[in-house]
Amino acid sequence: MRKLLFETLFRRPFTERAPSSDDAAVTELATAVGHAARRRLGRSLSIREVDAGSCNGCELEIHALNNGYYDVERFGLRFVASPRHADVLMVTGPVTKNMREALARTYHAVPNPKWVVAIGDCARDGGCFAGSYAVVGGVSEVVPVDLHIHGCPPTPTAMLKGLLALLEQADTAAVAP
Amino acid sequence: MTSLIDRILEGREILQRRPWPRAMVGAHLWRFVANELAQGHLSLLGLWGEPSMVHMAIMDEDTAEIAIVSLDCPDGSYASIGRLHPPALRLERTVHDLFGLSAQGLPDTRPWLDHDNWGVRFPLGDRIDALSKSAPYRFLPVEGEGLNQIAVGPVHAGIIEPGHFRFTASGETVVRLEQRLGYTHKGIEGLMSGADLERAVQLAGRVSGDSTVAYAFAFSRAAEAALELVVPDRAVFLRALLAELERLANHLGDIGAICNDASFTLIHAHCSVLRESVLRAALNAFGHRLMRDVITPGGVTRDLNDDGKAIIRATLDNIRLRFPVLVELYDNTASLQDRTVDTGVLKPALARQYAAGGYVGRASGRSFDARRALAYPPYDSLRFEVPVLKEGDVNARVWIRVREIEQSLSLIDQILDRLPEGPSSTPVGRWREPSEGMAIVEGFRGDVLVWLRLLDGLIERCHLRDPSWFQWPLLEAAIEGNIVADFPLCNKSFNCSYSGHDL
Repeated sequence: MRKLLFETLFRRPFTERAPSSDDAAVTELATAVGHAARRRLGRSLSIREVDAGSCNGCELEIHALNNGYYDVERFGLRFVASPRHADVLMVTGPVTKNMREALARTYHAVPNPKWVVAIGDCARDGGCFAGSYAVVGGVSEVVPVDLHIHGCPPTPTAMLKGLLALLEQADTAAVAP
Repeated sequence: MTSLIDRILEGREILQRRPWPRAMVGAHLWRFVANELAQGHLSLLGLWGEPSMVHMAIMDEDTAEIAIVSLDCPDGSYASIGRLHPPALRLERTVHDLFGLSAQGLPDTRPWLDHDNWGVRFPLGDRIDALSKSAPYRFLPVEGEGLNQIAVGPVHAGIIEPGHFRFTASGETVVRLEQRLGYTHKGIEGLMSGADLERAVQLAGRVSGDSTVAYAFAFSRAAEAALELVVPDRAVFLRALLAELERLANHLGDIGAICNDASFTLIHAHCSVLRESVLRAALNAFGHRLMRDVITPGGVTRDLNDDGKAIIRATLDNIRLRFPVLVELYDNTASLQDRTVDTGVLKPALARQYAAGGYVGRASGRSFDARRALAYPPYDSLRFEVPVLKEGDVNARVWIRVREIEQSLSLIDQILDRLPEGPSSTPVGRWREPSEGMAIVEGFRGDVLVWLRLLDGLIERCHLRDPSWFQWPLLEAAIEGNIVADFPLCNKSFNCSYSGHDL
C-alpha cells in the first residue's frame, strides 16, 4: 500500500481541467434561481440523487463524476446520503408509477431553497418508455425541474457542465448586492 | 440413453426449434417437470406468461440441453411450479400481476411488481380496473423476543437504484431480510409488443444500463434465430469484443465498490480510474461510453478501425500493469480481508437450486457460464477458463471477478488478433410468417435470456429475463446471521440489477 501511495505523490494527477459551463444550462437556470437563495448557499452544493425508475445507465455515469478524472468534489459539489442535507435533487429515469410517491416525498424532504436537476433523456419526457402503463413520464410531471441534462446517458462531462452552470448561478448571485 | 429433456419432449410436436425446442405440454407433464425441478434434475431458466399460456425454460445442467415447455391455461390457471420449486415463486407472482394467470397452490400470492399504482390490473393480459381500495403490502410476520425491524428504501442512501429492504434484526444480527422490488417497473414487455426490430433492440438495450451490450446481444441473437439470419464473422467477433469490454468495465467498478463498502477507498479510487479508461476506450472505438445501441439484429452498427484497435490495446496494457498491484493490495490487507472473508456466505446447494448465474453462482460452486456451456460463437473458437470457487463468501465473489478480468483481457487480445475482415452487418430483410427465437448470452452479471415471437415484421411478444431473478432471493439467504453493517458489502458483492429485474 505504501508503494502505491508513494507512487501517487510523483505521478501527475488524473484530474482534468474543468469544462466550461453549458450555455444552454445557464439560460435555463437564469430564471430558476432566486437571489436570496443564492446568497445563502455560496459556492457549494450538496446533491441528493434519486433514481425514479432509470435503467441504471445514468447512475453509472453519475458515479463516474466522483472518479479521479472528474473529481466533482473539487468544485464544492458533494453527494449526500439524505435529502435533508441536500440543496439539489438530481433525478434520473422516466418516473415510474411505482416511484412517483417516493420521488415526491424525497422532494418535500429537501429543505428550501432547492433545485431539481433532471438527468438523461428519460427524465425529460419519459424517453423510450413514454406511453407505458407503468410510467408517469418526465420528472417535471411530479416535481418542478430547474435544469435538464441531455443524453442516454449524459456523459460525465455533460453533467459537470450543467452542474457548473448551476454553481455559477448560485455564486454570482451570492456576491451580488 | 435418452436424456431427461428428450423424455419430456418424446412424442410431442416440436413447435419451433430456434435454436432450442419448444413443445406444448399437458397438465400432467407440467407437474412432472415441476417434480424434476424440485428434485434437482433440471434447472429453471425462466417462467413467463402470455394472455392464456405459460412458458417455462428448463435446462439439464449435465448436458446443457435446453427446452421450453408451454402450457395452455384457458381457464386462467396452471399448477404452481413455485409450490415445489421456490425459485419460481417471484416469477409466478409476476405472471399473475402482468397477465392475471394464477398458479394453483402457490404458497405466496402477494403481488410482486404490481404496487397498485398502474390504474389497471393485468396490463398484459385481459385488463381490468384497478382495485378501488388498495391494501397495504403484507410483509412476512416476525415473532420473537427482542427483535427489531429496519425498513430501508425505496430511496437508498447511495447513488443506486430503488428497492425496499425490510430487515429483522436481533441486536446487530440480521435474522431475516425481506426484499420488496418492482419500483422501477417500466412495462418494457408491454412496450415491446408491436414494436419493430429497431425500436425493440433499443428498448432491450435499456433494460439494465450496466448490461446494455449483453441485452442487445441476447435480443439480436434471439431475433436472428427467429429469422434464421446468419451474421457476418466480423460482427460475431466485434460483439464478443463489446461484451468483454462491458464485463471488464463492470468488474473493475464492482471490485472497487465492494472495497469501498468495506471503507477501503484506495482500491476504489484506483479501480474507478481503470474503469474510466475502459469507458473512454469504448467511446473512442465505438462512439459510446457504455457501447449502447451498437449491437443490432444483423450485426453491429459501428465497425472498429485501426485507431480504435490501438486505443483498446493501449488500455489493456495499462490495466495489465496497474491491476495486479491492486489485487496484491486486496490480498494483503488484513483489515479488508477481515470484512470480506466468511461474510455473506451463499451455500453451493442454494446456488445450484436457484441456477444462479454469474459470479454469484461461480463463487458458490456452480460452474455454469453460457459462453462455455452453450458455446455460442465466437466463444466456441476462443480459449478461456471459467473460474469457480466453493467458499461462496464476499471474498470469493471478489476473486471470481478478478479472475474473470484476467480472462476478459486474454479474450480481447484473441479477438483483436483474429478479427476477420469483411462486412460488419447484414440486412435483416422482410418477413411475414410468425416465428420464434430464443437466446442466452453471458452478461457480466450472469446469463441473460431473451425469448421472442415475431409476426408481420413486428414483435408480438418478447420476454427478457435478467440473471438477477435467481440472485436476489439468494441475497436474502446469504445475509442471514450477518451483522446489519455488512449488508452493503454483501449487497454490492451480489450487485443484482433492480431495473433488469423490475423490467
